[in-house]
Amino acid sequence: MYKEFLMGNAAIARGAIAAGLNVVSGYPGTPSTEVLETAAKCNKGGLYVEWSVNEKAALELAAGAAYSGARTMVTMKQVGLNVASDPLMSLAYIGVKGGMVVLVADDPGPISSQTEQDTRTFAAYSKLPCFDPSTVQEAYDMIQQAFELSEKYHTPVLFRPTTRVCHGYASIEVKDENECKKNEPEGFVRDPSKWVIFPRLSFRAHAEIEKRNRALSELLSDSGLNPVETGSGKLHDCTNLFVPGSCNRAGIAAHGISYTYVKEALAALGCDVPLFKVGTPFPFPEKAAVEFLHCCDEVLCIEELDPVIERGLTYVCGKFAIETTIRGKLTGNIPESGENTIASVTKAIAEYLGVEVPEKAVREEPPALPVRPPVLCAGCPHRASFYAVKTAMKGKKSVFCGDIGCYTLGNAMPLDMVDTCLCMGAGVNITQGIGKIEPDTACFAFVGDSTFFASAITGVVNAVYNQADMTLVVLDNSTTAMTGHQPHPGTGRTMMGQVVDKISIENVLRGIGVKTVETVNPLDLKAAVECVKRVAAEKGVKAIIFKSPCAVLIKSGKPAFIDPAKCKDCKRCIKELGCPGIVIRDGRPAIENALCTGCGLCSQVCPFDAIGGDKNAD
Amino acid sequence: MPTNILICGVGGQGIVLTSKLIAATAMAHNIPVKSAETIGMAQKGGSVFSFLRVGEGAFCPMFAEGTADIIIAFEPAEAVRMLPFLKDGGQIIVNTHPIMPVTAALSGSAYTGAEMLEYLGRQVNDLILVDGEKACAEIGSPRALNMIMLGAAVRSGVLPFDIAAIEETMKATVKPQFIEMNSKALHYGE
Repeated sequence: MYKEFLMGNAAIARGAIAAGLNVVSGYPGTPSTEVLETAAKCNKGGLYVEWSVNEKAALELAAGAAYSGARTMVTMKQVGLNVASDPLMSLAYIGVKGGMVVLVADDPGPISSQTEQDTRTFAAYSKLPCFDPSTVQEAYDMIQQAFELSEKYHTPVLFRPTTRVCHGYASIEVKDENECKKNEPEGFVRDPSKWVIFPRLSFRAHAEIEKRNRALSELLSDSGLNPVETGSGKLHDCTNLFVPGSCNRAGIAAHGISYTYVKEALAALGCDVPLFKVGTPFPFPEKAAVEFLHCCDEVLCIEELDPVIERGLTYVCGKFAIETTIRGKLTGNIPESGENTIASVTKAIAEYLGVEVPEKAVREEPPALPVRPPVLCAGCPHRASFYAVKTAMKGKKSVFCGDIGCYTLGNAMPLDMVDTCLCMGAGVNITQGIGKIEPDTACFAFVGDSTFFASAITGVVNAVYNQADMTLVVLDNSTTAMTGHQPHPGTGRTMMGQVVDKISIENVLRGIGVKTVETVNPLDLKAAVECVKRVAAEKGVKAIIFKSPCAVLIKSGKPAFIDPAKCKDCKRCIKELGCPGIVIRDGRPAIENALCTGCGLCSQVCPFDAIGGDKNAD
Repeated sequence: MPTNILICGVGGQGIVLTSKLIAATAMAHNIPVKSAETIGMAQKGGSVFSFLRVGEGAFCPMFAEGTADIIIAFEPAEAVRMLPFLKDGGQIIVNTHPIMPVTAALSGSAYTGAEMLEYLGRQVNDLILVDGEKACAEIGSPRALNMIMLGAAVRSGVLPFDIAAIEETMKATVKPQFIEMNSKALHYGE
């Protein structure tokens, strides 16, 4: 063992490797992305790593490898689990041979997601065991236990850290290479009675799963993963409110990062009460819960997302006729949505125990702070694409359906070009639906290249087959930019370092039957606007591919410059584009050289030809 | 009790690297360290922060409001934004050069930074101002800012190690051609 400073996601990857990982697949999504990236970086050749086209493909690949005895991990964010849920629900019945961990990172807040769904709840629904780490060290240790349990019970297991664990860093104890497990997969052994799902098999498996989960509840109660810290047993001021003569009668139950907030809060408040940490929310560790509840008259459950522990304890109280009051989200003691913080947890515990929160310095009201909202980068080709469509469709009744990626930021002023955004790939058929109800509206669906491959292709097939009238706009920046520039089928690179044939979006669309597919550089504004006008006027499903690489990935050109003699200070460049590369200096538009990439878009928007740059410098 | 350090500023100022250097130095001295930082959407021209906890006794990578021993602020408004985290009697080291929000041109922000520095002056006794713009010009690189700020922070005595320790980590981290510039920046203002 030695010490290393690791990010939570890196610790998960390293823990999985220490458990003898053979295959890891996934689809990028904050806050899960670095797990697979770290695994790829640490790959000494024995590991197969892939960014799959989406979470469903990733999970199916991992299932096949696990059928063959490999230890496999699938990585995704919580909304990715929705995409992977079809194979996973069935895989729960079929089971696996090699250990299989489905790593799903949840995002309380949400900080960068569409939903506040809780994978612990999905665990109960899918009947799959679930692990919920609190710290970076625990993430490293726990994932190894997750592999052991998965392989022993022949079931995929869920492993669900949240953002603060995924992105937290800590100096932790990690294993030396010779302490790490090596797993030699046996290979696929044909057995249709085992690997082919039929109603008869599912009926039998269902009963076995329920029986196994009852046994696991008992086993996990004694596993050390669901400890009760009993506190000092001394009576504090805070416990005077409760029945004296026994141990502390007020208890707290917590999980994940919130457990560490509770530890911080109890230290700050100088209180010491029994603390039940639920590390495996499913199957719920009933035996451990009963022991904990017997020493408490009241329990405050401190959770993020769903009240899983709160419901679990309430159920156990009923089942075992325990007269303990359970408080938490359902009783209004903990906020129902959003993240917990040390401050919010300290406040909730102080109110619950009837103690004072230590006073903080009172300061005068600060001046109004500048707001720094996320915006499309300077030189981002998406800005040009949105602007071209906006310009071409000016005055025409149109609807612009967006999708998931950096280009969701096209909703910000002044572009204001995203009317809807739902989930990966949804824009294509949402625009189809709007068009069915509003036939006089020009319908556009914007989709990024990675999202196109992930889940828009079937949408386009649907639109073509069902005679939709719409324009598909593919924003092809040759990367998965939002999550940190992962490769995808259109980039010609894989996570194993191979250079492979790029899959052409244009050919895919033509293959589906989209007859008009025009590819244009959005930074050539005139050509782009003309292209949009031409293509939008056609009937049926037609497509424009705006092709220009992500500004972060290419070397910047010479920054633009504004000729003060020509600039009439109309500020059209600023009002039309909202590019961070143009600022106001001494009351006039000026180029921020540190940000400007020389993309040349603003020079094409200036009515007085006052902006020059890399492209028009000569 | 751990030393709680908060580094804040705007995406692109080298905050994450500064945090990593402090953590690596702690590791080299066998001191436990935890940290947490903004990742994802917030980086696109947004406010960036890094929490660091150096020493025994930290349960969580973040720390509560009112418990930072030191705030190293790369930008005046970001110092004010994070001020609630400073403990009574805590120290702030702030770069006086403001960064306009990327939307300022559009929204017509009147932000200059001066109002933030005046406010900080009224609220914080232990306030160290660093003219980062001037310092970078003297050193000859706009990329020197993070080492200038880090050097000032280490000299303030709040961190549990000295400049020599940080310098050693820096030499092991940055590319050889940048060592001299970064050394100069670390020692700037001595």
